[in-house]
Amino acid sequence: MSGDKLLEVQGLYACYGKVDALLDISLRMRRGEIVSVIGPNGAGKTTLLSALIGLVSSEGDVRYAGQALTRYHNVAERVSRGISLVPESRELFAPMTVEDNLLLGAFSRHRQGHRDQHSTLAEVYALFPRLKERRTQAAGTLSGGERQMLAMGRALMARPTLLMLDEPSLGLAPKIIGEIFQIIRDLRSTGVSVLLVEQNARAALKSSDYGYVLENGEVALEGPAAELADNPSVIDTYLGRKKKNTAPVEELTAIG
Amino acid sequence: MQRKLMLPLGLSLALALLGPLLLPDYQVTLVNYIGLYSIVALGLVLLTGIGGLTSFGQAAFVGIGAYSTAVLTTALGLSPWLGLLVGLGLTGLIALVLGMLTLRLSGHYLPLGTLAWGLSIFYLFGNLPHLGGYGGINNIPTVSLLGWELSDARDFNVLIWLVIAAVIWLISNLLDSREGRAIRALKYGTVMTEAMGVHSGRSKLVIFVVAALLAALSGWLYAHMQRFVNPTPFSINMGIEYLFMIVLGGAASLLGAIFGATLLTVLKQWLQDLLPQLFGQGGNFEMIFFGILIVLCMQYARAGLWPLISARLPKRAGGTPAPPDLDTPPLPRREALPEHAVLLRADGVVKRFGGLVANNNMNLQVNSGEITALIGPNGAGKSTLFNLLSGVLPPSAGEIHFRDQRIDQLSSRRINALGVSRTFQHVRLVPDMTVLENVSLGAHRRGHAGLLRTCLHLERGEEGALLAEAARQIERVGLGEHLLDEAGNLPLGKQRIVEIARALCADPYLLLLDEPAAGLRHLEKQALGALLRRLREEGMGVLLVEHDMDFVMDLADHVVVMEFGEKLASGLPHAIQENPAVMAAYLGGAE
Amino acid sequence: MDWYVFTFLTQDGLTTGAIYALIALALVLVFAVTRVILVGQGDFVTLSALTLATLQAGKTPATVWLLLGGASLVCVKMLAAAAREGRLAQAPRILLMQMTLPCVLALVCWLVEPATLPGALKVLLSIVIIAPLGPVLYRLVYQPVAQASVLQLLIISVAIHIAVIGISLWIFGAEGFRTLPFTSGNLDLGEVSISLQSVLVIGIALALIVALYLFFGHTLYGKALRATAFNQRGAQLVGVPTDLAGSHAFLLAAIIGAVSGILIGPITTLYYDSGFLITLKGFVAAIIGGMASYPLAAAGAFLVGLLESFASFWVSAYKEVIVFTLVLPVLLWLSLTTHHVEEEQH
Repeated sequence: MSGDKLLEVQGLYACYGKVDALLDISLRMRRGEIVSVIGPNGAGKTTLLSALIGLVSSEGDVRYAGQALTRYHNVAERVSRGISLVPESRELFAPMTVEDNLLLGAFSRHRQGHRDQHSTLAEVYALFPRLKERRTQAAGTLSGGERQMLAMGRALMARPTLLMLDEPSLGLAPKIIGEIFQIIRDLRSTGVSVLLVEQNARAALKSSDYGYVLENGEVALEGPAAELADNPSVIDTYLGRKKKNTAPVEELTAIG
Repeated sequence: MQRKLMLPLGLSLALALLGPLLLPDYQVTLVNYIGLYSIVALGLVLLTGIGGLTSFGQAAFVGIGAYSTAVLTTALGLSPWLGLLVGLGLTGLIALVLGMLTLRLSGHYLPLGTLAWGLSIFYLFGNLPHLGGYGGINNIPTVSLLGWELSDARDFNVLIWLVIAAVIWLISNLLDSREGRAIRALKYGTVMTEAMGVHSGRSKLVIFVVAALLAALSGWLYAHMQRFVNPTPFSINMGIEYLFMIVLGGAASLLGAIFGATLLTVLKQWLQDLLPQLFGQGGNFEMIFFGILIVLCMQYARAGLWPLISARLPKRAGGTPAPPDLDTPPLPRREALPEHAVLLRADGVVKRFGGLVANNNMNLQVNSGEITALIGPNGAGKSTLFNLLSGVLPPSAGEIHFRDQRIDQLSSRRINALGVSRTFQHVRLVPDMTVLENVSLGAHRRGHAGLLRTCLHLERGEEGALLAEAARQIERVGLGEHLLDEAGNLPLGKQRIVEIARALCADPYLLLLDEPAAGLRHLEKQALGALLRRLREEGMGVLLVEHDMDFVMDLADHVVVMEFGEKLASGLPHAIQENPAVMAAYLGGAE
Repeated sequence: MDWYVFTFLTQDGLTTGAIYALIALALVLVFAVTRVILVGQGDFVTLSALTLATLQAGKTPATVWLLLGGASLVCVKMLAAAAREGRLAQAPRILLMQMTLPCVLALVCWLVEPATLPGALKVLLSIVIIAPLGPVLYRLVYQPVAQASVLQLLIISVAIHIAVIGISLWIFGAEGFRTLPFTSGNLDLGEVSISLQSVLVIGIALALIVALYLFFGHTLYGKALRATAFNQRGAQLVGVPTDLAGSHAFLLAAIIGAVSGILIGPITTLYYDSGFLITLKGFVAAIIGGMASYPLAAAGAFLVGLLESFASFWVSAYKEVIVFTLVLPVLLWLSLTTHHVEEEQH
């Protein structure tokens, strides 16, 4: 794992509607890392990703690849700088074919020409052979798992440096979840860094290097993924069990 | 009388009584025209600013009012009053048909329909036999009212502004009523109003027809004031100008209508004199000006100009209305049910969206006097099930029964009438109505006054009882101090509690709560828990979807866990907490 | 009615129908991408026809000054926005991008004697003057209120249409214009005589429809526009700047309008305010397609054209009434078949 920093978030504050969704979030990730953000519903995980891609406005200091993120004004600019988001709702172009969906994923690179598009397409098909089989089918006719693959494939068509995945396991059967996480781990070898937001904490932490637990818009816990996975207080935040003997936050960060 | 009515009523009465005495001839005519336009604009405010619908065809309704009386009084020699009746009847009929054709479709079909209709009627006025072609109809007789012959502009000045005063009074009466609250809620979407038992389609039709009738009334006055009609003033351009008046003035306030009508009329007169001097003859320069003005208005002052002015007017003290009288006798209630009786039962419910199965073979039972919690990870299909149970969506298969009656094909309005009341995950309150008014929407079905009684405020007894009921429910959920605050100004957590009070106003057997504790602080959650326990003791059945597990596990008698649209487990709270399948669903199993 | 009249009316109906089809396509396109009901679509038609007529009369069309003025306003807005956001370094680029074409066109119109231009160049010049008015309109009027409701956008559309016909009356006057026919020959097929002009109009309209089909079906940019219409959020996430999509939809609409104006100019006498009726007939067709289906809208347009043509033969005074009354059964049918699920946001 290389040491150079890809993303540094200091004191990020974002609100969505009338709710203060994020209060003072700080987070770091290095190039080539898989970082998980877990936590119960409504903790602000989705808002965090929306703020980073530029869908909701935010305040605070965010540096991406050494540059202030505010330099890139809108989603389109951030996408062309290598940040991609696969949202929880997938947002596919339902009436269009699988292949058209993928080709549109490369929209931010349209100046690179056809050859570039088609070699990227071949790589994505190699990663998701299922999509190649379905390439002339309308996206709206795919199953849940295939839709998630298409959404990820479409994001990869932009050749992102930082891929953000919002609940990739949402609504998927366990076997398919396994496949998706295998692909996420495979991505690391291609140099893509992944910021993963998940409810499915175990699967997420198992595939990650580092993890953050969000609760009520704040970072409640953080630490190396393997240690977080064994931390009993993580389970309590999900199942509403009364807090008991949790390791203090400081201790965990010290380890990390 | 409401205080906010004093200014518009005072103004129109003053114009009616003093205008003819004080103003010179030219100004009297101008004030008459402003009055005629104001009547149409008042109807458009009801339709557009308050109801969220739009029509470009109001000029055509004015034309029908004018031509009806013109033909009946000249060709047939009948009384102008009969002309008025026929004009109103014909207009009402056409508006009813046009409304029924378009109001079920998305919002832009009504204005498009009225554009086409407004153009057609203009050609009909010009071409139909007996309407005098584009030359028009002359020698329309004068009107006499109880022996008072209205023969010149000064007489009409009195009549027109008296009519306006009456219209303002009637419309504000309507808006300040059970029916009016349903109308004011329309533009925020009909999912909520239907779930509260409001027939929203009917409310839309009512305001469309009322606006058309006001236009026809203006046309009748116009015909007898001018004693001549031709098609020009009823063209689609005039229809567009009526809409401009209220956009400019302020689409949501009655005074804005009069202000807009005045502004447009006066400005137009002035510009028609001024602009040709600057740019030469042969242009409609004032229309360029108005077109651009409207665009700027929509870009920078979407609520119109009147709100900007009224914000600068000195505020009079005592503007807030009095809270309702809690000694009013309570509304009749439903008969009580035995405890632990089956209220709601879903059997094998399936919901498909295209290829996705959101709910599959879902079973659920809710009893009276019990709290049932529905939990599950994101995307498990809880919200879909909630929408199926409350009639927002029809299931693809399966049966849902409420107290032995099958409800899966009923509308949410009918299900509400049976005693099922709900709240929404994304709060659906009318932000510019007070908490009291919002909550009393929940009691809509418990009132019965018709449109006419409402407009004349003859339903005050019933209204008092409805508001008192709403106030009692607000007190009960602990928001008494916010009774007269605008709902949109409350923090989101409190807005959720307002939704619960609104649901309680329907006197339900079963309460469906969608994430009621989201956004609440710790103490507020405890208060909500206490309230739900009290409701349980009173025998109410509660089904709640909630993510706050502390809250759910403390409160629920029975927990149902969903995953992948199916029932994963059900049972007592601590059994669920220790259930390995549930733990895996939430945390993810080992791969 | 004899055979001769029948074929004549059919020809006539199909010819105007082809133009209404173009208008309907533009309306559906703009609505799908931006939710704007573009009442001013027909104004592009009249502006382009009247511009061509002015050029053919050997005069400089004032629409070029309209374009120059509009583009300058856009420029001022963009520069102000750049200054606010501290991006003044982009100022030269903004000026270059926004002002080059209008300035070149203004220079051409100012320096070149219109009478000396060959006919085809006059046609081209008219289209090139009118087409950029689309994006100018979008950036000045609609982009600042992109989040407004469909109803508010419709009111804006009507207002801007009213302003445009005011301007149109100012620069072209109240009299009607007809442009020179492309050709005057007839094609005699036995009993049927077909005017070459009609064949040309229908041919060009169909060619344009095919070109649009190819653009939307087979180019990345066309697909991106379509994708924006299907799912704005999704398009944003693959890097399609949504305001650019809006402005390009308006560019296409203006091009379609300008070409329609060239086509209809020799067939019908156009006045400064004729655009409104043209738009409305396009709407009737678009409504037949539920404001969403391109093929149904095109079919509806031919129906409108034929109905209008035959109505003008039988009951000329009521031809508009008959065309617009067609809306009623269509609305009834739509209202019985659609299960409208209301939008979440308001």
